[in-house]
Amino acid sequence: MATTLAAGVAAALALSACGSDSTPAATTTAPATTAPASSSAAASSEAPTSAGSETSSGGSETGSATGSASAGDSKVLTDAAAGTLTIGIKFDQPGLGLLQPDGSYAGFDVEVAKGVAKELGVEESGITFVEAKSAEREGLIERGEVDFIVATYSITDTRKEKVNFAGPYFIAHQDLLVKADNTDITGPEAMGGKILCSVTGSTSAQKVKDTYAADVALQEFGTYSECVENLRTGVVEAVTTDDVILAGFAAQSPGEFKVVGNGFSDENYGIGLAKGDTAGTEAINAAIEAMIADGSWAKALEDTVGPSGYTIPEPPTVG
Amino acid sequence: MDFSFLSDPRYDVLGAFWMTIQLTFWSAIGSFVLGVLLAGMRVCPVPIMRGFATAYVNIVRNIPLTVIIIMMSQVLYSQLGLMLAVREPGVNPQGFLNSQNFRLAVLGFILYTSTFVCEAVRSGINTVPPGQAEAARAIGLKFTQVLRIIVLPQAVRAVIAPLASVLIALTKNTTVASAIGVAEASLLMNTLFENEADKFLAIFIVFALGFVILTLPVGLILGWVAKKAAVRR
Repeated sequence: MATTLAAGVAAALALSACGSDSTPAATTTAPATTAPASSSAAASSEAPTSAGSETSSGGSETGSATGSASAGDSKVLTDAAAGTLTIGIKFDQPGLGLLQPDGSYAGFDVEVAKGVAKELGVEESGITFVEAKSAEREGLIERGEVDFIVATYSITDTRKEKVNFAGPYFIAHQDLLVKADNTDITGPEAMGGKILCSVTGSTSAQKVKDTYAADVALQEFGTYSECVENLRTGVVEAVTTDDVILAGFAAQSPGEFKVVGNGFSDENYGIGLAKGDTAGTEAINAAIEAMIADGSWAKALEDTVGPSGYTIPEPPTVG
Repeated sequence: MDFSFLSDPRYDVLGAFWMTIQLTFWSAIGSFVLGVLLAGMRVCPVPIMRGFATAYVNIVRNIPLTVIIIMMSQVLYSQLGLMLAVREPGVNPQGFLNSQNFRLAVLGFILYTSTFVCEAVRSGINTVPPGQAEAARAIGLKFTQVLRIIVLPQAVRAVIAPLASVLIALTKNTTVASAIGVAEASLLMNTLFENEADKFLAIFIVFALGFVILTLPVGLILGWVAKKAAVRR
């Protein structure tokens, strides 16, 4: 009996890895480690705000912030002053955040991250890029493992409860990727009876089913690359997520796929940083505005997703 | 702690765990059959069968399960076109997708878990005294008869406890099926993490507890059975 009990206990312990090799287990420590961080932020909000040079740069108001921390408490600004920033990006998203075979990073998110760092006075050599997978983003910020995250991070109300958002620095629209010769899928309404692919746990495919075509079938895979590969072999008929991400995949294999171009939602990409870091949020907002004003925003977009034929939109209103 | 997602009709927690149970059930049956077959091949006198089984077990059990499951979908289905369900034109393809992915996952679990069943059963065969097989051969039984009537019944009774560990591991391994979109517990957990990020701890507790409820009785019951069934020597 003793041995079976031991086996049972071992089974229970092994459950902490119950998402097998996936990410959630790693993030479970988040709530515990958040407590001291948020309490110190709350305490500092009582103190009078010492106006740092960054806060006077005319950054717009951020509605999401609850407490106003002084510049001295801002992790982003403290680290930037020391000349180093740790920034979370996607490693697997062509056109936005991609780790290239030679070890360098390319994409619009990467360019925005570099631009913001430059405005904060940090050289490119002072930036450490880390991978921020979708499900890990809140945890990375809460544990202080990154200064901020630029990783196709849509601003939503539930996320605002855990992190601060600067931006938006880009507005994407959910869209469909189909084979280049496909003519019968013209928009989400035409997905009835078809197989639509998206990433496990993502909300985009659910939106198509709930809003446009109830009889669409959803195939979920771990990554968009798997979806695109299955689109190539015809196992799925369309892939859905934000148009700018799809454009990146279309650009990878020219002539094979096309973005339907009937965007049906607004996704405001923001830069995520620690909850309550008002000074840092305002500084990043100012940096984005500066990038838009001096043309480097449009140039970054032109260089990264432009080659896919994606129409460069008007810059968003920050704040 | 906020457990409100349990009563939210969008999230069918019981249904997700039911899918986990179904995956485990069919995979366990298939793995047992294939595993015993492989164990028989590994001790059989025909060199080519022995060689095949040895190679199969050593290759497959050393491939990560995630790779095997993704291979089922991305290579067998997507590239090579293996169909395990029929897609009828004009009918909502969700049913087809669900059966196809479910069967691909079960096939993957069987191919993987059977290697562990094989090794457990083979260790059980080693507990059967050689005299038993020799005596059986002496009264004129063929190899398959020796294995089926004399050796395997004793071998399997000796390895019920190790097989229980394999079954518990299989139950937890079914979470990998979410990689190809089978709507089992860990896929729902991922969806909940995405949609209800503020209830992280509550979601985690519910799913961890769910798996303990599924696996703990298996260990206890099969441990008891192992004691009852063991061959006293």
